[in-house]
Amino acid sequence: MHPILKLVVQRIALGLLLLLAVSAVIFLGVEALPGDTAQAILGQSATPQALENLREKLGLNDPPLTRYFAWLGGVLTGDLGTSLTNGVDIAQAIGQRLGNTLFLAGCAAVIAVPLAILLGLIAARHAGRWPDKLISGITLTTISLPEFVAAYFVIFLFTQLIPIFQPVAMVFPGMSFWAKLHAVALPVIVLVLVVLAHMMRMTRAAILNVMQSAYIETAELKGLSPMTVIWRHAFPNAIAPVVSVVMLNLAYLVVGVVVVEVVFGYNALGQYLVDHVTKRDLPVVQAVGLIFAAVYIFLNMLADIIGILANPRLRHPK
Amino acid sequence: MDDKHRQLDWMVAQAKAGRMTRREFVGRTTALGVSAGLASALFGKAARAEPKKGGILRAGMQGGESTNSLDPALAASEVPFAVNMTWGEMLVDVAPDGSIEHRIAEEISSNADATEWKFKIRQGVEFHDGKTVTAEDVVATLKRHTDEKSQSGALGIVQGIAEMKAEGDMVTLTLAAGNADLPYLMADYHLVIQPGGGFDNPAAGIGAGAYKVAVNEPGVRHVFERHANYWDAANGAHADQVEIIVINDNTARTAALQSGQIHMMNRVDPKIVELLKGAPGITIEHAPGRGHYVFIMHCDKPPFDNNDLRMALKLAINRKEQVEKILGGLGSVGNDFPINAAYPLFDDTIPQREYDAAAAAEYYRKSGHDGSPIILRTAPGAFPGAVDAANLFAASANAAGIPLQVKLEPDDGYWSNVWNVEPFCASYWGGRPVQDQMYSTAYLSTAEWNDTKFRNAKFDELLIAARAELDQDKRKALYSEMAHILRDEGGLILPMFNDWVEARRNEVAGWEPDPNGELMNGRALIKCWLA
Repeated sequence: MHPILKLVVQRIALGLLLLLAVSAVIFLGVEALPGDTAQAILGQSATPQALENLREKLGLNDPPLTRYFAWLGGVLTGDLGTSLTNGVDIAQAIGQRLGNTLFLAGCAAVIAVPLAILLGLIAARHAGRWPDKLISGITLTTISLPEFVAAYFVIFLFTQLIPIFQPVAMVFPGMSFWAKLHAVALPVIVLVLVVLAHMMRMTRAAILNVMQSAYIETAELKGLSPMTVIWRHAFPNAIAPVVSVVMLNLAYLVVGVVVVEVVFGYNALGQYLVDHVTKRDLPVVQAVGLIFAAVYIFLNMLADIIGILANPRLRHPK
Repeated sequence: MDDKHRQLDWMVAQAKAGRMTRREFVGRTTALGVSAGLASALFGKAARAEPKKGGILRAGMQGGESTNSLDPALAASEVPFAVNMTWGEMLVDVAPDGSIEHRIAEEISSNADATEWKFKIRQGVEFHDGKTVTAEDVVATLKRHTDEKSQSGALGIVQGIAEMKAEGDMVTLTLAAGNADLPYLMADYHLVIQPGGGFDNPAAGIGAGAYKVAVNEPGVRHVFERHANYWDAANGAHADQVEIIVINDNTARTAALQSGQIHMMNRVDPKIVELLKGAPGITIEHAPGRGHYVFIMHCDKPPFDNNDLRMALKLAINRKEQVEKILGGLGSVGNDFPINAAYPLFDDTIPQREYDAAAAAEYYRKSGHDGSPIILRTAPGAFPGAVDAANLFAASANAAGIPLQVKLEPDDGYWSNVWNVEPFCASYWGGRPVQDQMYSTAYLSTAEWNDTKFRNAKFDELLIAARAELDQDKRKALYSEMAHILRDEGGLILPMFNDWVEARRNEVAGWEPDPNGELMNGRALIKCWLA
């Protein structure tokens, strides 16, 4: 078997084991939360009789292990079950919201990743001079701003001062692609501002690191222009660290944007997860938790593999 | 005189277009010499005149989660309430003036001791699925909510019904004990009449209300289309389509209203009311409600089992300051019993309790408390501003020498781990349409949610007597006596009643403040139209 293929298979197997462990941890975590599902659903207005009826109906009186394995069995046969709180089919509910999550993350990534790398290259090219300082200054400012502050700022700017976008970013099936893009414009701007600095700084640092090497000096002595040196000789050798940071940020765009979702009323997975944690709706928390864990594991695996492919020494082991 | 007429005409036109609030209209017309009563009537007529049909009316609301269900029995937060009110119809509604408005029940009568009630079912009311509403549907609906296995939020309300019968177009309810307020109980928002009682599919969203459910995405949006055969089309269902959009974030909701993405919103943050008043195209609406914010002490747990200590704490809270700072002035001071002028039979002669540090200190000394800190638990979600309110309370109590300390609890799990568990905490009540229901829910010794653990035999006796008393004067006297007992001996510290504070765009017409619930008791989307 080709060493890379072998590596990929190994990583996937490890990832699946990790997912199983994650599901157990999520289960334990939700079990450890004070309060129970029935109380959370019925709220302050619950009578003891109604609570007992609901617990019985939801099967909350079964021992925890029984419930965990019942759930695991369902997942392995492709059945995520129904939500305890409102009886909606989880797979169906998640399907649409996962699409929305990926749409928002995709839009933000398509803008943020090339922009961050480009800015990183420019900053490295002019390291220590004003373009570098300007780029670093601006991106560090935007990353230091809490997301909701940035969100309120763009809401004020683009719905009140210059009313070209909508503050509420919900998207629905049946909307045209352009209507969806228009709807998510503001959250995308916020997310781009948030993830830009991290990727840009890493690109800059990785390239500056490579720029110390002897072969860069050789390239310069050959008379190549600085940008060509960076693009042809420095960047390919800086790919591995840049890719791993890009993947971390992509993972963040998928799993970590609940604050942005709430501020813009965007109907995606983060808000859905938080609602169900509050209600102790275990099957939903498990399902969404698994999806998030899978995204993390997959993207990290991808970063590793790209890192290996980008490095001839790793690509052709002796 | 002509000039005055012209001004009056202009103002009526403004009112018709929804560009003037009732208060503004009455204020300006009385300045022209029109009597206040006439002005109010004129406004009602003008604002209700010629509703315009068509368009899409949108409300942006706080209080919706992706865990919400269309089953009316499970409704607990603001959005499910408003959603049910949009597609559902009950036997009766409580009108803004506190009277009973007949909906599916056309006539209501009772026997002399209020133990047997007859509801005549309106003919020709149609469900969204085309079936006609029958007395059997009504009885089945009530049965579903009274069932011991039910998880209904109305279980406690309908428990007192011993027997229910459907004969022809008549529903007869026999009660275990007389209750003069039974029609008010039937207005509870859980008791939406469903075909076959909703036994087959409780979350189908099929009712007899003005709008049919078209899209149901819990926690995101609810879209409704006009019910073509709505029985009360003359008085509602003006827009072709209505939508409830869940926007839990205050700032985003306000921005959506300002940019016109929604036409009305609930829960305007009191802190920004003044700012929003100046915004173009926006009107702030507020209605004095029955909802109130409270600090509750368990009367059966030390140190709160000592009435002198309870009294010391009641005197140590600065109510006016709380209304000013926590509600931004949009509310009224409370008097340590859960009833205010929004209730029928309210006794307004009961003296108002004021902040009195000296008297509080005196009661505190008399209580013999050992000086250890008295812990008040609160959380941001206990009520809006609960943490600030608790800190203000602690400051005014400390000034009277009472060692009150605030302990901050997490929102998550507050209603299961702190409320009704810890002996002293912050909480809120939404209020009930009548006094009996409020007292029976939370202050009767045996009540499930007796969250102050208040047990007083005399109080219970008065409550039961008042319930079956059909003579309104006697009933008022009984309620007054109960209020005195609760105020002076109870575990309830009630600093303030909160107004419903909402906002709408000026193109929304037909708005009428309703103390029964937010967004015109959930009927704003039905009764309003786009001018």
